[in-house]
Amino acid sequence: MDLLAHLPALQVVVPMLSAPLIVLLQPRGLAWAGATAVALLSFAIAVALTVAVLDGQTVEYAMGGWPAPYGIALSVDAFSALLLLVVTGAATAALLAAKPSIDQQIEAKRQPLFYSAWLLVLSGLVGIIVSADAFNIFVFMEISSLASYILIAGGPDRRALPAVFKYLMMGTIGATFYLIGVGLIYMMTGTLNLADMEARIGDVTDINPILVAAGFITIGLALKAAVFPLHAWVPNAYTHAPHMVTVFLAACATKVALYVLIRFDYMVFQTKLDDHEIQFAMFVMPLAILGIMIASAVAMFEGHLKRLLASSSIAQIGYILLGVSFVSMAGLSASTMHIFNHALAKGGLFLAAACLAYQYRDLRLNQLGGASVRMPWTCAAFVVCGLSLIGVPGTAGFISKWMLINAALENGAWGWALVAVILVSSLMAVVYIWRIVEALYFQEPIEGNIQISEAPIQILLVTGIVAVLNIYFGIFPQVPLELANSAAALLLEGSR
Amino acid sequence: MTPETSILAAIVIPLVGALAIALAGRISANLREAATAITCVSLIWVVWSLLPLLMDGGRPSIEVSEVMPGLSIAFTVEPLGMLFAALASGLWLINSIYSVGYMRGNKEQNQTRFFACFALALSATIGVAFAGNLFTLFLFYELLTLSTYPLVAHKGDAATIRSARIYLGVLLSTSIGLFLPAIIWTYTIAGTGDFTTGGILAGKLNDPEIGLLLALFVFGIGKAAVMPVHKWLPAAMVAPTPVSALLHAVAVVKAGVFAVTKIIVYIFGIDFLFGASSSQWLLYAAAFTIVTASLVALRQTNIKRLLAYSTIAQLSYVVMAAAILKPLAEVGAAIHMVAHAFGKITLFFAAGAIYVASKKTEINQLRGIGRRMPWTMTAFTIGALSMIGVPPTGGFVSKWYILAGAFEANNLVAVFTIIASTVLNAAYFLPILYIVWFEREKEGGKEHGEAPFLAVLALCLTASLTIAFFLFNGPVIELESQVVKGLG
Repeated sequence: MDLLAHLPALQVVVPMLSAPLIVLLQPRGLAWAGATAVALLSFAIAVALTVAVLDGQTVEYAMGGWPAPYGIALSVDAFSALLLLVVTGAATAALLAAKPSIDQQIEAKRQPLFYSAWLLVLSGLVGIIVSADAFNIFVFMEISSLASYILIAGGPDRRALPAVFKYLMMGTIGATFYLIGVGLIYMMTGTLNLADMEARIGDVTDINPILVAAGFITIGLALKAAVFPLHAWVPNAYTHAPHMVTVFLAACATKVALYVLIRFDYMVFQTKLDDHEIQFAMFVMPLAILGIMIASAVAMFEGHLKRLLASSSIAQIGYILLGVSFVSMAGLSASTMHIFNHALAKGGLFLAAACLAYQYRDLRLNQLGGASVRMPWTCAAFVVCGLSLIGVPGTAGFISKWMLINAALENGAWGWALVAVILVSSLMAVVYIWRIVEALYFQEPIEGNIQISEAPIQILLVTGIVAVLNIYFGIFPQVPLELANSAAALLLEGSR
Repeated sequence: MTPETSILAAIVIPLVGALAIALAGRISANLREAATAITCVSLIWVVWSLLPLLMDGGRPSIEVSEVMPGLSIAFTVEPLGMLFAALASGLWLINSIYSVGYMRGNKEQNQTRFFACFALALSATIGVAFAGNLFTLFLFYELLTLSTYPLVAHKGDAATIRSARIYLGVLLSTSIGLFLPAIIWTYTIAGTGDFTTGGILAGKLNDPEIGLLLALFVFGIGKAAVMPVHKWLPAAMVAPTPVSALLHAVAVVKAGVFAVTKIIVYIFGIDFLFGASSSQWLLYAAAFTIVTASLVALRQTNIKRLLAYSTIAQLSYVVMAAAILKPLAEVGAAIHMVAHAFGKITLFFAAGAIYVASKKTEINQLRGIGRRMPWTMTAFTIGALSMIGVPPTGGFVSKWYILAGAFEANNLVAVFTIIASTVLNAAYFLPILYIVWFEREKEGGKEHGEAPFLAVLALCLTASLTIAFFLFNGPVIELESQVVKGLG
């Protein structure tokens, strides 16, 4: 048996089947070790898949040997490989660091269930990415969402419960909208396979149900992806979730929904619907710009560390969407690159926040005084990741901003206005990151926080590595760049 | 060591040094100072070892990483950058000697952070000096801003943080808001950002846009402090004096005017720019800055603020000299960077020495201080004379070249600006010299002598350099003449 050929299936199956087994690992620490091992294995599979698709080809897989339009098809190309790397990488990094933080936040006997849910989220997210079939995407979306509600509500913070309820409501609406859209398309074309769908949409005589479907799918996924103004669930969910869950979900969850949105739109709709790309651009671009400006402005005045970073995430989703809305090679590769780079930067920032949270009970900025003296390494890592988020040259964040600006300039005179938006929002990022830096470095420590020391080495090490990666990929971005470029080429090819 | 490895070593050594300083600082202060000294000396050795090659016309270069097609991190050593790197690395050693005296004499907090960030800033400075293209220049320019922020904010009280915020805010917002768009624009129309002899924009840009792009560059490079982007420099005076001395008289501000000069010479090309009528505003902007900053300096009562405004004026000398767009003036611009560096670092050292010894910061407190601190005040006098441009000091040499360039271009605006500012410089420095040497000290003042030995040693060294530069400037001029060889 050629194991390599089964990698797309294994990518989903390994975490999914391990999830129930983890529950059995009651003795202390074993559940964590098991989950981490599974995540590492998933990451290794993702790396192997990436190597296989690096030259731009697609790995197809038919479940049970049933050929594509009838059986369940999986497919991995450069775009999905990049997302797989981000998702499995975020899950692995968060799990590697998680133990001290989780031990602090979640009682021992509930931990196996918690790690089991973690693996379900992971398998759901990778399932969405590798599925080549609209309905399976929905199924995996539900798996990952339901499991992530458990993760977010699993911590000791009771405020997580209303937050998760809001997330549940909005997430369900989003999923339902998506399902309605898929149903309409199925009604008109008789297929759920994305490639097949694309082929058959051209033969549909009455185009209106397809247009309605496109609307439902776009809105539904935008809700899941926290696109402005459908982002209301994000700040509270990220703020009150257990810190390591925030690391995992903030780095990748919304991006997977965005991935489906991009893929659906480029692969299915843009090919066959007249002027769809203009409609898409006109709809998405204003939302992206508004999201960038308003969410950045909100972050500038936010007083709670995690909530501030959550607001910034909404702005960053705006960047990704802005690039997508250009419907161009440069724009798409910039967006894909930003998915990768933002995961690095924001993952690192939330990891550093988790380090701080290990010592500080309260993450409001005015409580964080003296951190730089007590936790110098954490603060240094925070600054590096913060610079990457701002987009300072030499960090990963600069690469995608540079690409985005270049893509914007292809739009002629209007492009300079977009460049202004990007630059102004970068300056806003300077402001909100610097507010945190000043709090960490110059504020007097408040009473009761005197005996604080550095976070456990386990979290710190992972945080440090992510910080270094932010610099590494700022100087040597060739691998993600190649993936992003072939992803963009594939998407545009699909839409022609 | 090959020249290529020397280039990389020059950037890596201070980085490693910063780490070593941070680690050594946990063990003992003496070990930390030893780490600083070793880093300084090895940096000088590496940088200066490139000099003979450059004198022979060599242009060593190395590419570290092609980040994106056409966009790479690459270094090329050419005469302007060589001069800047040699200057910064050499003065860093003297400044470190001074810093040890100053910081210990003043019993400052967080000395480890101070010395580590200083090394980091030097790494960025060398990166700016050796940058082979606009992208690399921008990268290290930003790194320089960020690594000097902790130095400016060193004291950490509310007023200092406010000033540090102005420092960071002005420098970052101009660089992201103006400098970066200018770089992107250049890459878009020229397809490259490599520093090339004769420029890369000739024939690719027309008249009104040339002036606009130049404006984006000049005001985007906030470190050059051309008005109205100068507010950060007086704000930065809240930093400990060694920081003001090395960074805000040499490394940071010179990185600004150096970048402007380099962009004029190697991106626009002086011949191309000379032919463009829309680029002339730069000369007037620089002239305006020189005169206005000198007038503001006249009204200052705080020594360091006076020196800050004097620096703003002197920086615009370099910009104006570059904007004259004639070979002699470009050489003058390069030489003025050196001459002003020696003079101004001496003045700042002296101001710091006065503060350490007597805690005095205002000019009117300096009556008769020349008798208590003869060495310091002699050095101060030499520095002040160099600012005015009196022989036998370095300031005279560079003014000579800039004036020669101005006459070559028949540029009366530049000539009159230089004359006017010389008068103004004399008007604000001579009264200080008078009260220092000839007025009597007030009764009942604090009894004090000279500052710590190391501080005095450092400022005597730089004062001697100021005079030595008047006598032995041949090699520097020879080196910088290569920049404009075959032009004009």
